[in-house]
Amino acid sequence: MATAEEIGAEEFSAVVTKHRPQLFRFLLSSTRDVDLAETLTQECFLKAHRNWASFRGESSTMTWLMRIAINLQKDHWRNRRMQFWRKTQVNSVGLDEASEWLPSGERSVEQQMLARERVAQVGKAVEGLSERQRTVFLLRYVEERELSEIARMTGLNEGTVKAHLSRALGKVRAELGGKR
Amino acid sequence: MSWKKIGRVSEMGELNKIEDELTPELDLALREFRLSVYAWSETVMNRPRQAAAPRRQVWRLAAGWALSCALIAGAITAGVFEHRRQPANIAQVRLPEQPRLAVEPGAKPDPKPETKPETKQNIQQVRQEDEELLAKVDSDISRAVPNAMEPLAQMMAWDETKDAVE
Repeated sequence: MATAEEIGAEEFSAVVTKHRPQLFRFLLSSTRDVDLAETLTQECFLKAHRNWASFRGESSTMTWLMRIAINLQKDHWRNRRMQFWRKTQVNSVGLDEASEWLPSGERSVEQQMLARERVAQVGKAVEGLSERQRTVFLLRYVEERELSEIARMTGLNEGTVKAHLSRALGKVRAELGGKR
Repeated sequence: MSWKKIGRVSEMGELNKIEDELTPELDLALREFRLSVYAWSETVMNRPRQAAAPRRQVWRLAAGWALSCALIAGAITAGVFEHRRQPANIAQVRLPEQPRLAVEPGAKPDPKPETKPETKQNIQQVRQEDEELLAKVDSDISRAVPNAMEPLAQMMAWDETKDAVE
C-alpha cells in the first residue's frame, strides 16, 4: 500500500511533467539564456516541492508555479546587479534569434523571410522593454494568459498590468512601424 | 486564436481598445513571435544536455583548493623555519664581537672567550675607544669647516670655553 508521501511524490511528479514546458518556455523567453532558464526551472520546482504541503489550491497550480518562477527570476537579476564585480558567464542570446526557429509551414521563401523579419523586430522590441513590461507582455502574448491571471502571477493589480501591457504594445508597434 | 478576438473576449476597457486597434500586421507578427518562441523552447528543451562543463568546473575547483592549500602550507613552513633560524642568526652576528670585547692589552689570552662574561675593564676600554673615536671624528669635522664659516666656528669655540669657565 502506498504511503501518503509516495502519493504526494507521484502527484508532484505529474505536476512537473505537465507544467515544465510552459515554465521553461516563459523563463527562456524572459532570460534568453538556455542554461539559466533550465536552472531557474529546476529551482522553481524545488521550491514548489518544499512548499507543496502548504499549497492550498486557492489559485491554479500553474499560477502558483509561475509566481514562484517570476520571483526567482527577480531575485536572480537583483543578485546579479549586486554582484557586478564578479565575472559572470553570460550565455544570453538576442530574442530576435527566435526568428530562426519559426516553422516554415506552407509558405514561400519570400513569405518566410518576411515572417522572420517581423519576428526579429518583435524580439528586438521585447528586449528593449523594462523587466515588468517584458514579463507582462510575454505572459499575455506568448503564454496567452488572461489579465486577471497575469495580475495574480505578478502580484500587481489589473490596472497596473494593463498600463504595462499598453506601453509594451506601443513599443512593439513603434518598432514594427519604424522599420517599414 | 487572433489577438483581436482575445481582446474582444476580455472585459478590460482600455486594453480592449488597444488590442482592438491591433493592425493585421501587428497581430500576425505577435502570432509568429509566439510560434517562434514555442519552437525554440521545444527544440532546446529536448536536446541532449552535455555534462562536460560541470566536470571542468569541479576540476578547476579542486585545482584552486590544492593551490590554496599549498600556498598556506608553504607560508606556515617558511614562518616556522624563519622563527627557528632567528636566534642562530643573532648568535652568529654577536660571535665576532665577543673576542674583541674580551681581549684586553696585557691580559692573558682567554682560551674560551665566548663563554666568559665581560669584565668592567673591558667595558671601560670599549668606552674609551669609543670616546677616542668620537673625538677623532669631531676634530675631522672641525677641520673640514670651510673658510667662509671660520668666524662662526671661532664664536662657537669662544662660547664653549666661556661655558667651561663658568
